[in-house]
Amino acid sequence: MATVTPEPGRKVNRIGLEIQPYRGGKTTLCAGCGHNAISERIIDAFFEMGVDPREVIKLSGIGCSSKSPAYFLGEAHGFNAVHGRMPSVGTGAVLANRKLIAIGVSGDGDTGAIGIGQFVHLMRRNVPIVYIIEDNGCYGLTKGQFSPTADMGSKAKSGLSNDLPPIDTCALAIQLGASFVARSFSGDKRQLLAILKASLAHRGTCMIDVLSPCVTFNDHEGSTKSYAYAKDHDEPLGEINFVPFFDDITVEYDPGTTHAVELHDGSRLYLKKVAEDYDPTDKLAAIRLLHDTASRGEFATGILYVEPEKEDFVSLLNLVDEPLAALPLERVRPPRAVLDEVMESLK
Amino acid sequence: MSSSAPAARGAADPSAPRRVVNDFSIQVATVNGSGSQTANLVLLRSIFQSGVPVSGKNMFPSNIAGLPTWYTIRANPHGYIARKNEIDFLVAMNPETAKEDVLALEPGAAVLYDEPLKLSGLRADLTFYPVPFDRIVAEVCKDAKLRRLVKNMIYDGVLSRLLGIELGQMEHALRRQMGKKTKAIELNLAALEAGFAYASTHLTKADPYWIEPLDRTAGKILIEGNAAAALGCMMAGVTVIAWYPITPSSSLPETLISYMRKYRVDRETGKATFAIVQAEDEIASIGMVLGAGWAGARAMTSTSGPGISLMSEFSGLAYYAEVPGVVFDIQRVGPSTGLPTRTSQQDVLATAVLSHGDTKHLLLIPASVQECYTMAMDAFDLAERFQTVVFVMSDLDLAMNTWMADPFEYPDRPPDRGKVLDEATLQRLGEWGRYRDVDGDGIPYRTIPGHRMPAYFTRGSGHNERGQYSERPDDYVNNMDRLARKFETARRHVPAPEVFDEPGAEVAIVGYGTSHWAIEESRDQLRREAGIRTAYLRLRAFPFTDGLDAFLDRYARVYVVEQNRDAQMLALMRMELAHARSARLRSVLHYTGLPIDARSITDSILAQEGLKARAALVPAVHAALGAGRE
Repeated sequence: MATVTPEPGRKVNRIGLEIQPYRGGKTTLCAGCGHNAISERIIDAFFEMGVDPREVIKLSGIGCSSKSPAYFLGEAHGFNAVHGRMPSVGTGAVLANRKLIAIGVSGDGDTGAIGIGQFVHLMRRNVPIVYIIEDNGCYGLTKGQFSPTADMGSKAKSGLSNDLPPIDTCALAIQLGASFVARSFSGDKRQLLAILKASLAHRGTCMIDVLSPCVTFNDHEGSTKSYAYAKDHDEPLGEINFVPFFDDITVEYDPGTTHAVELHDGSRLYLKKVAEDYDPTDKLAAIRLLHDTASRGEFATGILYVEPEKEDFVSLLNLVDEPLAALPLERVRPPRAVLDEVMESLK
Repeated sequence: MSSSAPAARGAADPSAPRRVVNDFSIQVATVNGSGSQTANLVLLRSIFQSGVPVSGKNMFPSNIAGLPTWYTIRANPHGYIARKNEIDFLVAMNPETAKEDVLALEPGAAVLYDEPLKLSGLRADLTFYPVPFDRIVAEVCKDAKLRRLVKNMIYDGVLSRLLGIELGQMEHALRRQMGKKTKAIELNLAALEAGFAYASTHLTKADPYWIEPLDRTAGKILIEGNAAAALGCMMAGVTVIAWYPITPSSSLPETLISYMRKYRVDRETGKATFAIVQAEDEIASIGMVLGAGWAGARAMTSTSGPGISLMSEFSGLAYYAEVPGVVFDIQRVGPSTGLPTRTSQQDVLATAVLSHGDTKHLLLIPASVQECYTMAMDAFDLAERFQTVVFVMSDLDLAMNTWMADPFEYPDRPPDRGKVLDEATLQRLGEWGRYRDVDGDGIPYRTIPGHRMPAYFTRGSGHNERGQYSERPDDYVNNMDRLARKFETARRHVPAPEVFDEPGAEVAIVGYGTSHWAIEESRDQLRREAGIRTAYLRLRAFPFTDGLDAFLDRYARVYVVEQNRDAQMLALMRMELAHARSARLRSVLHYTGLPIDARSITDSILAQEGLKARAALVPAVHAALGAGRE
């Protein structure tokens, strides 16, 4: 842990770092872009959780969203992969070094179209990574074409109507095996921050779909991914109270009003119940909720599904505790006797 | 090896029957999935154990069961182990191809066949041995369901008797092949002995082919190229492996899995010092390799042509963002799906420049199982030294067939992990830039996530020497020129060619990979048959080293031998060499999907030299490649 002695009056986190190392380069995205708000929340979440940026890797694919890792955690290594293929790069990196904390930022085209294959298998493997989709229903960097998360009937700026049904990345992630699935809205600072902080306490794939309006190409009337539409149709599941493992705060709730979930690192999550029959650890209930809200033209936000005990990919492969990349030669090159044994068997 | 002595032809007395000892080829024609592999390997191994140099080549269909397959074993006292076109002894077990197989033989060949096929009437110039396989197998195997699996062992027994291979050698080979499967060994042994007994009482030796003990294989091993490469990867200290099933590559990762589970699991904890992932496709495979390589691991994948095509975009990223990784390309026949179970050298050109944009990759080209092993280790060293993806260009012939070799040596040096920034280097440099050429060799220092050295943003988009996003023309040009400089440096680090000079000769041969074996034999044929002495250079890597220029300057006409249609290596040489040198180059091309043979090279060179090829052999070549076989 860093042992920085802060100047008096400067705010530091639990590992003694100021906010500065959590910041990144200056954004080149449009003013008002939802993605910038998400970058701000990522900065806050990592700072508040006291995660050392030098233990973090930031990954992305291609698109507006995928530029954003340059705008947060400047002291972390980043990898801007090819379009739609960030999941494989992230998988390789965490296998090489299981101690790294991986955060991937993708977009709705990068995930839902070109990258759907790798997305599916990332979820299926439950690779330990926080995977954020900055979802604006369109391709911003190529000037506003529809993406696979665009709603049926949603209008493009040109007036063109989208005539294919959307892919619900959350429903897909739940079904495929992601162990932490949430949806949020870039405009809901409080909820998004709570979700991000909780995701850092979880071990496994955290898939967070964040509605993040594109102010340039998809913020007009007739679009279902505009700020105005999102504000009107956001259905938060109820208050999320995240208590990190290093806080002693005890929370008292009336019995029956809250789901309490203990996460991998000992942090606790209190999710206020909105409906009697909804349980965030129940896969089918989560999928039903997504279906029901979507059929009403709304989108449910919050932590939709969480399975804290599910084995992640690194545990499944039964890897040694140390990073594979750091193993000394004598542990990765078998001794001469092994080669002799193999040669003898081939004679 | 390059002896010019004629093949042993036996007795000096011209009236004695002709004897061909240890110098002939046996072809076993069966149906895919009929369990003939065990019988064929036992036959191969028993000849090997007799001390006779031998090679086995499996020509199999892209199919699980039902289509024809041929296994060719060549014994040769001089150690020629390339494929030979002419078949001397045919074992005809497949009704579908038997007739055509027999008609393709040269006069004097022998045919051992399943009696009901009634082949003996087809030709008068061959020796026929009918064997009632079903009747014999019914006697030794009571369980009708198992008969199919042991039936093939009968021809081994018959061949033991006819060719004079000691039955004890067959039995030893069988036990070795089957390990601890007692019941299976018993059944197969019974079949083997029954075949031997049948031949002893019913067949009279009438062909000239004999195996006699020699001392040319003592201490040697038998191994497939993919297994050798797997061993090399394990010894190189690979930790992350991602792969997608594809013929003829799959046996490399699969063999690696079995070695790693045995030798790379931590004894105390029972935990793995490696991660192996069967990925969703080849794009994900190389993505995982690059993610792992970027994070400091030695990572690899293995694939074949179609996978190489899919890896194109990521390969460009590895080149441009400078991320290490190792890719084995076990070449098969393309384009497209092509002939998935046949061999070629058709990926050389595409792989050398794989990706859109100006890109050049390091290729290592093994010719032997030995080199599959050593080049696996070289590949990881070069990948980390040059911070790029390195391709090992094997092929189906090398990878899936069984080859004789000297036992592999234990690596005598630690891995080269390349330029990784540490505290001392940072102090020395004062300031670090991820893509800054501080040593003049084009190779920058990298940092690895989690090492607590300065971070950078790895990207496939334009970047300056500090790794920052840049579209500035000068930044772009500086970076591309440095990458070219790095590639120049690599010329001095990749494996140098193997050179066999021939002072005073005018003709030279340039070859690479598995063509080597046929080239060696062809050089002897050229000298023996036409008095042509040839020099020979075997390329082992791309980029070419300086030795190639000097070699080309010494000879007037240089034949580049390749197993592809488009003279791909010659095209690369034209790209890289001065015009005057490339003007001397000529091509010998072989692209039937079968491993190249010496005769094809010899005849092509003779023809291009204006000399007459041995025309009599040409129809036999065409017959062997007849449409009925495809």
